Amino acid sequence: MDKTEATLSKDVSKKKSKTKKQKREVETDVAPVEERNQMEKSESAPCFPPTFSVSEIKNKQRRHSMFLKFKEERRKNKLLLKKKKKKERKALGDKAPPKEVPKTIDNQRVYDETTVNPEDEEVAYDEGTDEFSAYFNRLTNPKVLITTSDRPRGRTVRFCNQLATVIPHAHVYYRRGLALKRVIPQCVSRGFTYLMVINEDRKVPMFSFTGRITDGMVLCHLPDGPTAHFKLSSVRLRKEIKRKGKSPTEHVPEVILNNFTTRLGHSIGRLFAALFPHDPQFVGRQVATFHNQRDFIFFRFHRYIFKNEKKAGIQELGPRFTLKLRSLQKGTFDSKFGEYEWVHKRHEMDSSRRKFHL
Amino acid sequence: MAAKSQICSIWLGSETGILKGVSLSKKQAFNFCEMSCLSRDQEVCVMAWGDSHESEVLVGSVNGTVKTFSTDKGIFTATRECGDASQGRFTGLAVTDSAMITCVESGLLKVWKEDNSDTVEVNVGKNVYRMRQNPSQHNLVATGGKENPLKVWDLERPEKPIFTAKNVAHDWLDMRVPVWVRDIGFIPDSDKIVTCTGHHQVHVYDPSSPQRRPVLEAHFGEYPLTALSLPASQGTVVVGNTHGMLAILDLRKGLVRGSLKGLSGAVRGLHCHPSLPLVASCGLDRFLRVHSLEDRSLQHKVYLKSRLNCVLFSSRELEVSFFYPDLSGDVKEVKADEEDDEVWDSMETVIEKTKKRPVCED
Repeated sequence: MDKTEATLSKDVSKKKSKTKKQKREVETDVAPVEERNQMEKSESAPCFPPTFSVSEIKNKQRRHSMFLKFKEERRKNKLLLKKKKKKERKALGDKAPPKEVPKTIDNQRVYDETTVNPEDEEVAYDEGTDEFSAYFNRLTNPKVLITTSDRPRGRTVRFCNQLATVIPHAHVYYRRGLALKRVIPQCVSRGFTYLMVINEDRKVPMFSFTGRITDGMVLCHLPDGPTAHFKLSSVRLRKEIKRKGKSPTEHVPEVILNNFTTRLGHSIGRLFAALFPHDPQFVGRQVATFHNQRDFIFFRFHRYIFKNEKKAGIQELGPRFTLKLRSLQKGTFDSKFGEYEWVHKRHEMDSSRRKFHL
Repeated sequence: MAAKSQICSIWLGSETGILKGVSLSKKQAFNFCEMSCLSRDQEVCVMAWGDSHESEVLVGSVNGTVKTFSTDKGIFTATRECGDASQGRFTGLAVTDSAMITCVESGLLKVWKEDNSDTVEVNVGKNVYRMRQNPSQHNLVATGGKENPLKVWDLERPEKPIFTAKNVAHDWLDMRVPVWVRDIGFIPDSDKIVTCTGHHQVHVYDPSSPQRRPVLEAHFGEYPLTALSLPASQGTVVVGNTHGMLAILDLRKGLVRGSLKGLSGAVRGLHCHPSLPLVASCGLDRFLRVHSLEDRSLQHKVYLKSRLNCVLFSSRELEVSFFYPDLSGDVKEVKADEEDDEVWDSMETVIEKTKKRPVCED
C-alpha cells in the first residue's frame, strides 16, 4: 500500500511467490528479499510462474491494475506487429501478398440454396404471375390504408400520420375496434391495394406507469395477396431525429431495396415495392430505402441533393424504423385458418449465427 | 426424357403447373412440362398413380384437365377434359379397373369410363375438400369437406353413402363442434378411416361398428391440419398443419409420438413410402423434405422453386439410397428439354439394377 505504482508489478509478483512458498514452508524475511533481488534482475521480461493468471489475484484493485497493464502490453504488441507488417508490405511493393479481408458475419453467411438466380426462368415465371403481377404490370395503382390496433395512444397515432406523409396515396383511419376480416372486404370494394396495421403493445413495467410501445406491423396486400407480419422496433419519429430536414413533400419518392437475395427476400421486396407508385418524381429528390441486413429491414427516408458530379448530400426526413419478418401468410389476413408460406421458428431457424433467410 | 423419368422416385405437382420428378439416389430434380408456355390455370391440384405398377401418373389441374404422364416414356401421353373451372378445383382423383374417378369442390363426383360413355355422377354435398379411394377395395371412396361430414360411397350403389359420420358430441360449453374434414386416409387391413380436420382434430371412424361417431379423437396443435398420410407400419398416422408442423400421432391412444422438424411453410402434401419408414412432405415453402419415421431425422431436402401442391412416392428404386443414406444432400435441378423424344428414343433405355441387399440376418 505504501509502495508506489512503479514497483507494483514486482510487489505483486513477490507477494504471489510469497504466498506460494508459504503453502509449503514458513518463510523468513531473508528469502523474499532474495527473491525480490532475483525479480529485479529479470525485470526486463516479466517472468511469472507459468500457471499465473490475472484472475487469481484476490485483491480487486491490484487485479484491476494488473489487467490494465496486461491490456496495455497487448495493445503495444499489436501496434508493433501492425507497423512491422506495413513496413514489410511497403518494402515488397508489388509483390506483397493481397490484403486479408477480415471475417464478418455477413461474409461468413451460410449459402442459402433459395438465392434467386436472375436467369432462372421458373422463378421468373413464378414471380411474373404471382399476386403482385397486377401492380408490376402497371394495371393498378397503390392505395394504402393505415390503421392501428384498437385505442391507439399518442405515439402510435403520430407514427401513422408520419407514415402517411411518407407513403403517397395513404389514408389513416381510426380503428374503432373493427375486426380486420370485416375491414378487408370493404377496403377491396373501395379500391385499396394495401392494408397496413400498426400494432401497439402495452409495456407494463413493474410498478410504474403504463407505457405503450409500437411493436408490430401487419402488411396485407389487398385483393388476395400475401400478408406479412413484422416485428417493429427502433421507431424514431421526426422530432427524435437529429439534423433532420424539412417535412416530406407530396412528391412520389424513389424506392431502394437492398440485399433481398433469397426467394423469400424477393417476395418481401416486392411487397415493399408495391407500396409506392411506379414513377418517382425526381423533382422531389426524396428516396425511401428498405435495407435488409441479417434479416433486419431498415427503413429510412431521405432527401438528396447533388452538390457536384461526384458528391451528393443527404438529409434524413421522416420516420425511421426497423422491421423483422415474423411470418408471411398466403391470402389475406387470417391468422387462425390461413396457410403460412413462411413462419419464423426461433429454435429451428436461429440456431446458427450465420444463417439468414431474407 | 425417358431415362430421367425412369429414375425418379418422388413426383410432385406445383402451383405453376410443372410436374417435377426427383431422384433421391442421383440427387437430381427434373421438370416435366408439356409446353414451354405455362399458365397458372394449369396448377396441379391432385395427383394419383394411373395403375398399380406405377407406370403412369395422373395429374389434375385447375382448368379441369387430367393429364396422363408416363414414367417410362417421360412424356404426357393423354389429356382429358374432366370438367371446368366453374365447378371448383379437383379435390380427388382415383383410378379403378377401367375408369377414372374425379371429385370437385362443388361436390360433383364423376366416374369417367375409358370410352367416354355413361359417366356415373354422384353429388356428395358442397364444399368438398378431399376425396380418397380405399386402396384395397377400389369401389369405395370417401369424401369430406367444410360442414360436409365424412361419407363413404360405394360406386356400385351410388344413390346413398354406405356410411355417414356423425359429429362429435357438444363440447364443454355445450356448443356444436364445427366440422371441416381436410384429409382422409383408409387404414389398411381394416375398415377404419382416419380424418384430419381444419380444427386441429384427428378422428378415427369405424364403419363396421354400430356407432357413427368417431372411435378416437386426438388433437394436435392450434392450426388447421392440412394433410395426412398413413405409414407402412400400423398404428400411426403422420399429419401436417398450416404452420409447417409435422407430427406422428399414435392411433391407439391418440397421443403425439413425435414431431418432424424443418418445415417453415404450410404442408400441402404428405405421402409415406409404401414399405420403408420414410415420409415425403411438400408445401408452400418450396421445399421437398424426406424424413425418416424411425428417428424423425431429415434425410433429404430439395429446393424446388415453386410452391408445391401434391407429392407421390413411388414404391421402387429407393432400396438403393436407403441403405446408403445421404443426409440432406444437395439436389441440383436439371432442366429437361421438352420434346427431344427422337434423341432419347434412339438411345437404349438404361434399366438400373437394384443393388442386392446386404445379407444381415442369421
